[in-house]
Amino acid sequence: MSLSADTVPALPRGVRLHHDHVRDRWVLLAPERTISLDPVGHAILSEVDGTTPFGGIVDTLAAKYSAPAAQIATDAGEFLQGLADRRIVDLRP
Amino acid sequence: MSIPAPMAMLAELTHRCPLSCPYCSNPVELTRKEAELTTGDWLDAFRQAAELGVLQLHLSGGEPVSRRDLPELVAGARAAGLYTNLITSGIGLGEARLDALEAAGLDHVQLSLQGTDAAMADRIGGYRGGFDRKMQVAGWMKERGIPMTLNTVLHRQNLHQLPRAIEMAQEMGARRIEVAVVQFHGWALPNRAALMPTRAQSDEATRIVTEARARLKGKLVLDYVPADYHTEKPKRCMGGWGMVGLNITPEGTVLPCHAAETIPHLRFETIRETPLRDIWYDSAAFNAYRGDAWMQEPCRSCDLKKVDFGGCRCQAMALAGDPAATDPVCRKSPLHAEIQSCAEEVATSATADFSYRMM
Repeated sequence: MSLSADTVPALPRGVRLHHDHVRDRWVLLAPERTISLDPVGHAILSEVDGTTPFGGIVDTLAAKYSAPAAQIATDAGEFLQGLADRRIVDLRP
Repeated sequence: MSIPAPMAMLAELTHRCPLSCPYCSNPVELTRKEAELTTGDWLDAFRQAAELGVLQLHLSGGEPVSRRDLPELVAGARAAGLYTNLITSGIGLGEARLDALEAAGLDHVQLSLQGTDAAMADRIGGYRGGFDRKMQVAGWMKERGIPMTLNTVLHRQNLHQLPRAIEMAQEMGARRIEVAVVQFHGWALPNRAALMPTRAQSDEATRIVTEARARLKGKLVLDYVPADYHTEKPKRCMGGWGMVGLNITPEGTVLPCHAAETIPHLRFETIRETPLRDIWYDSAAFNAYRGDAWMQEPCRSCDLKKVDFGGCRCQAMALAGDPAATDPVCRKSPLHAEIQSCAEEVATSATADFSYRMM
């Protein structure tokens, strides 16, 4: 299941993208959770600014990484929905 | 074995607390104000922790709000790059203090709940008026949009209030609720007879949590710590001794977990004398139960030894008299049957009075 193009993903207050210098990786810091991000996860979350709708994020990623938009929409949609189920990302209709 | 860098640190800023919950995780011997680390000591500890690899800092107590320098400590922790979580009863938090903590960059608050009504909460906390004040603080936090988790400790006397606690978390605007059935360390151990849930209560809690998780997916996250004595598998305590997290006591003693001082043969070092990095990697106490060389049978040959690390060392100490024994909660422990029948016997006996926490 992919997200609707109009949905606006946002990192809610209390969730922060953080560069872990000691382990040289990006993490998402949330209440009682530290989520280690691979380069794909980091690329997706770097485009989440709380105003750009999901469709715009997919277009940006597709252009940046020369990848098919449909594939990106599926992968990024599942990733963001998974975080939303855990209240780590907000999805605003 | 290679030792990973620590991820999380619990800073017990003080043992002072207006409440006197009979299951407090603090040691039975409490530290007085005069012996507490200074503001500067703590700020230095936070910087050392961040350099060592700690990402998440939990400011706890006692009641951490009892420290007047709390906003300064939060600001210092944020400046060091730490995710800063305050674990509080809410008592002592006014609007001006909340504003100061927000301005200092506090990331998140865990608000403890002793009961879902004043009669229960004030009796458990031993503090009249505490529940009403807590509800007022919860309202102020909601108005400000401060991210919040509601922390409930459940036991024999309040376990029936779990469904209401889950509703309250939603009403408060919390994104998470921690549902922890009391673990028997600190003050809870001498209060076992008053706190031990029955097996039926324990099963009911699991049923309620499972149902609520499905119903509230994407709305409220439920983290659950089941009743320890009624399970068959021991908890993966602290994610392994000296593997994920560390604690600093109010006077600066550095521990692998908050109950570690109950293991009498271990000597713990203090941040006043030794750098945190040296304590984490090199101290005898942190290395005592790393890896599996210390394990006895049935742990040593068990398939699950890398999953649960043999359970909780402090519980092995408390129940088996040997911190290297299998946690007696484990079905493979020779003490398992005895522990379970003893738990049920205690839970179904006449309710004992509380021994409230006191200085």
